[in-house]
Amino acid sequence: MAVDTSEIRKEIKKIVGKKFLPLKIIDELVEKSVKENLTKEQIRELVKRTIEIYERNLIDPSEACGIVGAQSIGEPGTQMTMRTFHYAGVAEINVTLGLPRLIEIVDARSIPSTPMMNIYLKDKYRKNAELAKKVANQIELTELNEIAEIETDLTDLTITVKPDKDTLNKKGLTIEELFEIIKKMKKISAEIRGDEIFIALDEPSYKNLLDISEKLKLLKVKGVEGINRVIIRNEPGEGYVIYSEGSNLEEVLKIEGVDPYRTITNDVQAVGRVLGIEAARNMIIQEAYNTLSEQGLNVDKRHIMLVADIMTVDGSIKAIGRHGVSGEKASVLSRAAFEITVNHLLDAGRRGEKDTLEGVSENIIVGQPVNLGTGAIQLVMKREKMKRD
Amino acid sequence: MPQKEPTFDITKHQLVPKHIILSEKEKKEVLEKYGVDETQLPKILNTDPVVVAIGAKPGQLLKIIRKSPTAKESIVYRIVVENNE
Repeated sequence: MAVDTSEIRKEIKKIVGKKFLPLKIIDELVEKSVKENLTKEQIRELVKRTIEIYERNLIDPSEACGIVGAQSIGEPGTQMTMRTFHYAGVAEINVTLGLPRLIEIVDARSIPSTPMMNIYLKDKYRKNAELAKKVANQIELTELNEIAEIETDLTDLTITVKPDKDTLNKKGLTIEELFEIIKKMKKISAEIRGDEIFIALDEPSYKNLLDISEKLKLLKVKGVEGINRVIIRNEPGEGYVIYSEGSNLEEVLKIEGVDPYRTITNDVQAVGRVLGIEAARNMIIQEAYNTLSEQGLNVDKRHIMLVADIMTVDGSIKAIGRHGVSGEKASVLSRAAFEITVNHLLDAGRRGEKDTLEGVSENIIVGQPVNLGTGAIQLVMKREKMKRD
Repeated sequence: MPQKEPTFDITKHQLVPKHIILSEKEKKEVLEKYGVDETQLPKILNTDPVVVAIGAKPGQLLKIIRKSPTAKESIVYRIVVENNE
């Protein structure tokens, strides 16, 4: 059977020839041809018809696909819940959803309001609860005041750190490791005394004592900056997956046991920074689509793809709006039509800008037919033909 | 647990489509086929992690084979440009 399909595929590709059909349709054609056991003649007819229908359904040149896309996303968008704080997918992790999230995506916000990551693990780790826990411990940010009591002695101007043994064990830390971390702090000298760590100041003073004890409280003992909480879940068919509140793609990908090829974050800018513009484009599509469909709204992926394309054409992620795509349009009138009209006109006047009236809004402003759809073509009449009729 | 330096290839991440550097000849063919010049193409910065990883230089044209939910596979082009920021 396997040989058969490749034979038919070749045949179909030959018929398609210089014309074009997407791979998905070719796959479907191959499947159908095999299933129905079509003859060569029938396949030829099938492909011919398919191409005909495909070409008829292509977007026409000068079609206002942007407007269609905007409407298609905007109309269902009005039905989105204005304010939603849901627990999506993962229990206990709070994720911004609905309209606020959609706005966040198209605004290309540098940090999402509820960053989160789906951290997948390598084969060895994802089937083993112990190992998964260990990785999670590496990721979750632990500060000193979570695992130890910090006592300041005002008479001697010293600090004593009393780690809690149970929590220490849970986090997989030893007192020596803790000591090594504390020792790296500036302006102090530390030593281990039994189960405690004793800290003396280099320049004893009240102010220094308070400063240092504050710093100690927030000292990063373990984990990744920005990851406040992690949750491990056993997903059917996958094994243990770590979900995190907070996101730091750069650092998490470096941690051993994390599968760097599948781990993702909802922070689009971070994806762009670490994995490149194409990955960011994919992420925008995925996030926007999921946000919409989670609310039960059916928006065709093509519209969202167009938005993502526009946001990433320049090589960096641009917001849809004043600070991004709309603010960088070449035409003054078009920019003025969008927002902060007076400023745009004033600045343009001062600079002596020219408007070549190529876009849509400029032409509407001056009262000309727009260069779009039926307005994009001009009629040319052949006089000889007219005479013959 | 010992922490290792990152030794993974970002081009193999599930979100990253295949980027291929085109030769001068292929680049010309693409520009001719679509009847455009370099400035009209979508851009990709030379500081983009993928561009760095595959070693593309400004001026080169990348062929990107995206996985598309509607067409299964779609081919786009991006020209490498200098990052001015």
